[in-house]
Amino acid sequence: MKVEELEALEKPAIDPGTDHIVGPGFTNATVTDKIANVALRPFRSTPMVWFLGIGIAFMLMQGLLIGSAWLFYKGVGVWGVVIPVAWGFAIVNFVWWIGIGHAGTLISAILLLLKQDWRTSINRFAEAMTLFAVAQAGMFPILHLGRPWLFYWLMPYPNSMWLWPQPRSPLIWDVFAVSTYATVSLLFWYVGLVPDLASMRDRATKLWQKRAYGLFALGWRGSTKHWTRYQMAYLLLAGLATPLVISVHTVVSFDFAISILPGWHTTIFPPYFVAGAIYSGFAMVLTLAIPTRKLFHLEDIITSRHLDSMAKVMLGTGLIVAYGYMMEAFMAWYSGQFYERFMYLNRATGPYGWSYLMLIACNIAIPQLLWLRSVRLNVPILFMLSLVINVGMWLERFVIVITSLHRDWLPSSWGEYHPTEFDWMIFAGTIGFFLTLMFLFVRILPAISIFEMREVLHHIKHRHEPQPAPGPAHGD
Amino acid sequence: MTPSDKPVLDLDQLRARLQSGQGPLYWKSLEEVAETPEFQAFVEDELAAVRTPDWLDPANRRTFMKLMGASIGLAGLTACTKQPKETIVPYVRQPEEFVPGRPLFYATAMTMGGFGTGLLVESHLGRPTKVEGNPDHPNSLGASDYFHQASVLQLYDPDRSQAVLNRGRISSWNSFQAAMMQERERANLNKGIGVRILTETVVSPTLGAQIKEFLQQLPAAKWHQWDAAGRHGAFAGAQAAFGRPVNPIYQLEQADVIVSLDADFLSCGPGNLRYAQHFANRRRALTNVAQKERSKQDIQEGYQAGPDAPLRNQAASHTEEDTSPSPGAVQAQAEGVPVEQITQNRLYVVESAPSPTGGMADHRFPMKANDVEGFAWALAAALGVGSGQTGTAHKAIPAIAKDLKANAGKCVVIAGDYQPAAVHALAHAMNQSLGAVGKTVVYTEPVEANSVDQIASIKELVGDLNAGKVDTLIMFSGNPVYSAPADLDFKSAVQKAKWRAHLSLYNDETSEQCHWHVPQAHYLESWSDTRAQDGTVTFVQPLIEPLYAGRSAHEILSALAGNSGKSPHDTVREYWQTQRKDADFEAFWQTSLHDGIVPNTAAAIVNVAAKAPTAPTQNQGQGMEIVLRPDPTVWDGTFSNNGWLQECPKPQTKTTWDNAVWISPATAQQHGVATGDELEIKYQGRMVTGAAWLLPGHANDSLTVHFGYGRTRGGRLCDELGFDAYQLRTSGAPSGGYGVEIRKTGGTHYFAATQHTQTMESREPVRIATLEEFKKTPDFATEKEADKPVPKYMTLYPDYKYEGYKWGMAIDLNTCVGCSACTIACQAENNIAVVGKAEVGKGRHMQWIRVDRYFKGNIDEPELYYQPVPCMHCENAPCELVCPVAATIHSGEGINQMVYNRCVGTRYCSNNCPYKVRRFNFLSYTDWDTQSYYPLRNPDVTVRSRGVMEKCTYCIQRINAAKIESEKANRRIADGEVVPACAQACPTQAITFGDINDPKSKVAQLKAQVRNYSLLEELNTRPRTTYLARLRNPNPELGGVTA
Repeated sequence: MKVEELEALEKPAIDPGTDHIVGPGFTNATVTDKIANVALRPFRSTPMVWFLGIGIAFMLMQGLLIGSAWLFYKGVGVWGVVIPVAWGFAIVNFVWWIGIGHAGTLISAILLLLKQDWRTSINRFAEAMTLFAVAQAGMFPILHLGRPWLFYWLMPYPNSMWLWPQPRSPLIWDVFAVSTYATVSLLFWYVGLVPDLASMRDRATKLWQKRAYGLFALGWRGSTKHWTRYQMAYLLLAGLATPLVISVHTVVSFDFAISILPGWHTTIFPPYFVAGAIYSGFAMVLTLAIPTRKLFHLEDIITSRHLDSMAKVMLGTGLIVAYGYMMEAFMAWYSGQFYERFMYLNRATGPYGWSYLMLIACNIAIPQLLWLRSVRLNVPILFMLSLVINVGMWLERFVIVITSLHRDWLPSSWGEYHPTEFDWMIFAGTIGFFLTLMFLFVRILPAISIFEMREVLHHIKHRHEPQPAPGPAHGD
Repeated sequence: MTPSDKPVLDLDQLRARLQSGQGPLYWKSLEEVAETPEFQAFVEDELAAVRTPDWLDPANRRTFMKLMGASIGLAGLTACTKQPKETIVPYVRQPEEFVPGRPLFYATAMTMGGFGTGLLVESHLGRPTKVEGNPDHPNSLGASDYFHQASVLQLYDPDRSQAVLNRGRISSWNSFQAAMMQERERANLNKGIGVRILTETVVSPTLGAQIKEFLQQLPAAKWHQWDAAGRHGAFAGAQAAFGRPVNPIYQLEQADVIVSLDADFLSCGPGNLRYAQHFANRRRALTNVAQKERSKQDIQEGYQAGPDAPLRNQAASHTEEDTSPSPGAVQAQAEGVPVEQITQNRLYVVESAPSPTGGMADHRFPMKANDVEGFAWALAAALGVGSGQTGTAHKAIPAIAKDLKANAGKCVVIAGDYQPAAVHALAHAMNQSLGAVGKTVVYTEPVEANSVDQIASIKELVGDLNAGKVDTLIMFSGNPVYSAPADLDFKSAVQKAKWRAHLSLYNDETSEQCHWHVPQAHYLESWSDTRAQDGTVTFVQPLIEPLYAGRSAHEILSALAGNSGKSPHDTVREYWQTQRKDADFEAFWQTSLHDGIVPNTAAAIVNVAAKAPTAPTQNQGQGMEIVLRPDPTVWDGTFSNNGWLQECPKPQTKTTWDNAVWISPATAQQHGVATGDELEIKYQGRMVTGAAWLLPGHANDSLTVHFGYGRTRGGRLCDELGFDAYQLRTSGAPSGGYGVEIRKTGGTHYFAATQHTQTMESREPVRIATLEEFKKTPDFATEKEADKPVPKYMTLYPDYKYEGYKWGMAIDLNTCVGCSACTIACQAENNIAVVGKAEVGKGRHMQWIRVDRYFKGNIDEPELYYQPVPCMHCENAPCELVCPVAATIHSGEGINQMVYNRCVGTRYCSNNCPYKVRRFNFLSYTDWDTQSYYPLRNPDVTVRSRGVMEKCTYCIQRINAAKIESEKANRRIADGEVVPACAQACPTQAITFGDINDPKSKVAQLKAQVRNYSLLEELNTRPRTTYLARLRNPNPELGGVTA
């Protein structure tokens, strides 16, 4: 890499504002350079902040390792779970991470089908985030088990005892929903990466880089035939992923809605969980995208337009979530059900009332600032808001799981839940693991889809309407 | 490859080939030169080196197996250690009735607090595992309490003393005997001057005879008795009233009105099991009202007729064609009592701290324990008894007196064991004037070997010790250093005995102060005999050789009598041979052993006239009082090291692993005290620090503290638990008195309670009505169901038809006294682990049947209700639906089963259980390491590991055992043949289990009672366990007096 190229990497980029999804002056070559060089730059020119970030994330990740090692050794009793609150942080975190893992597929698949061209700059990034979030989520159901080494009993596999999972249990539906989602997300992300991996292969200067990218590029040459088939595959995957965005969190919400517990047993859960998932997913994309674009000077690729659009999605889904909360309260009153009413009052005023109030503040009250254009365009405030919403959505799951369980039917069995250091350690550990993966991702893979950016440039240049899918117009 | 297949090499051709130069330049083998196909194949086979043996080749496989077998064998040889010698010869003649895998039951008895209770002990391959009451025994009537249940854990306690100790160093029985015989010989010289024996209350006739013989031989020796939880007041009261010790026995089956003067006769004290059962029988007899208009289906489901009954019957008719009342229902109806005739016994209780008896009361008056005497005087005056003392007026007295008079001959006044003599004397006098004597109370000769005033006895001993008069002191069980009155300072007094020995189960505080400590044999390890409250003798027969070479008091006394080495068996047998000279002794011995009672040994009834006391006791006073009592679960400290009893929630507070300073909420508020605040309690110049527990229903200005905690020695569980209330106990006021001061230290203490919410929170898990209300609306327990929004009988699926058995349970809240015997019986039967204080505090206790306790009404004088909650075995079980691996499933007999091996531990079942009866092994709670617990466990019940859910199974092991028996005989299981552990222990038979497919079964008939209701019925879980609502019978004249 030449010196001037390295200098260009350090040059701050200029955000072109909300009217543009890409900064001015980009050509196919420069946009490729810009994105590929983030990953291909020499090791020594990695920003120090990156080292600092991955260092902290890696250290946090040790909490997961230590915590789960102790957990496997001693049993789930190292957590704060008790009778009656037999589900704790593990389930809260599982639902939270799964929710976060919704944004990627939504952005990539649904926005692709809806021809939202602004998605291009963030879809790769969001998909990676999805994948890593689902990986975190996927660990929790196993960590959560009393006998985690038997987790495979939840899967239907032929065995000499002819024992199968019990299909009426929503936990089994969960196994299928989450594993399907994880598989499709991985495929979608990887398929999207293939042409870019080929670009990376071609641009890499070191042999090992060429080999590594080349291995995963699966021999992509960019021929018309490749592009035709690629387009078809990508569209099919998008079509396949779209219902999953809805189904996964619907099924996750069944974990609660199928039970008979007041506070869980409610029909509003599926839509409100899906909306909540998208809400938290977009919040997390913002939480990650804002520092990344700053760090790698990508303001002219991830522009205010993107931030603005994502903020609007958050506002919309946030309002759906708020509607969900309102309906819960309304139905508790309207049903005339003693236990429902008690549950709702206890949720708001009982020992965990603080969590409910914080939840309302984080998820409903504070995000109303997003109505203001000035807030949506103020990057630091937007970043803070995204963090607030992340916290709020975590609290939502905490409120649902803990406050519903801790006082249910018979007063004699009421109890309280107090998370232990291992609960926190493992939760923080998954955040560390997730961030570690994200840091590695932005450093070694093209965090923004190169070929789709080129396609966007093509459309801008020719003043064409964007195509529904990446076209083969400009092979590398 | 077999040799015949191998082509023969042509050597000439090879030579030619090598010479021609066409062959390889360097060659390894002739095959290579010949380029045989085999060699080619070998060269081309790149994996030849790593190829596994050819499994299909029989020769190879066999060789391989042989080599493997040999190497394993050799490896085993090298790892050899010397194995302990075992006798492996099987029985040449199998002992009679002994079938490996099937338990045997032996009759024996446990002595506690001066009375023996007859027991049947289950033995698996010679290991006692479970204790049940002996139905033939007058003190048990088939029931048992948690002390009996937990005694088997004490047997296997690894902390029991295991060796004879001489000044703390391990010694031997022979050395001890030699040392003791030296003392004996020295004593012989002076007729035993300076020889003292200290025992607990002795009821064993053999032991009594042995001690008396010893005292005959050494006339100057003295025998003292000290039982820390002894009934000192009752003894003194009988002395005061009759001038001699007598033993009152109440016949509660005859009593319609009972007044308890601080007597917790239903849950502790002598005869409590018998009293509870009789009390319940009296109550049951006249309150059972059968439900009319019930279909067979309803009865089986435990459903009640309500406004929508026709709808449900219609639904039921999809599966059950016969909707007309079954013969069973008709019969149940016939067996009931017409509504207008129902009545119920009435119980008045005055007491300071709520007790199970107080919970059963129709009128409970919280009152300082020391004010009870004033109440007794006033009541006596109202009944025309006494000597002009007016006592303390109480608003309820006229009504109670009137009630008693109206029921003369069918009423009884019972004084509490810890009340002073005057209260007892007054009670005796009142009973006499009410014509109760001979009807509801009879007096017998005392059953103790020697009734003495134990406070005087220990005082005298300490006096002698301090005067240096004691040379030799032998203490048989008991722990006087810990439990003797604090003012006597037994610990320093005992040092003055020149030679002291202590026989006890544990190396405890007293053992520490003695030259010699001898491990005692547990009652399940040694022969003895004991007497029931009515005097009936039972032989205590051991079920196992002493685990730790323990010795019994009989052995020591035999040795002292010069019969060293005489076994306790021979001692007991020989004693009885002297008692039964003419009878066929062998037949008598065998029959008595088998039955668990010695016939015709009940103490003689005495006719005595009570003399009303003339003057009140001198402890009248003012201000705050302290009440000293044995602990509800660890008693006087005997069971401090017993994990089951430590973890058994105290019936009143539901706390575990602790004693507390019980205080009423009003008094606590007055002193600014909250639960958990540490208090310095100053009484008669002594001080202890304990933490407060606010107990609604406790008398104001009164503190109750319990013995049994604050131990310093005697097992790993004892240390650092609670505080030592004995420090406040003086010989002058063994049950406490006025003049206590409290001060907050500022510290706080953490209590591990199993129930945190004390009220029913506008729900009605326990349904209650007064007798009047019941007469008006017999279906009060279910009438509100009609208002509930969920239809009761709603399902998309056709009902499963139970062709065979259909198990169910009914729990009568009208007779449950909340004694928690069921909890510990279940723990013993089902190998339930002990989790410790920290885990209980988190909410992870494991007991399968819990006893919920609710307060209702006013905080100062609340009503108390107890409700045992096992698994409901719901027909529509919410737990089953959500288990992802089908680890909890419904059996064809309607039992909600838990398959431990299949459970992966998602805990969803517990979340979805509205009754929260499921228990989870959050950690590895079962003690896998302590060898001595292995034989304790019931071999018919799986021992659970960590990570699995567990819960009540209706004792399915017992159901299956009965099923095997019935199938062998080709018959159905008879009603009453299967009794779960909880029901078996229950002293009031509040728990009934059986087949609800059999309309004649007891449980089906109970479910046909009008009081029958399901817990949380509106959830449509259709529980198999149902409850019979509680009835109260308040005195109409006292309408507004108490809650």
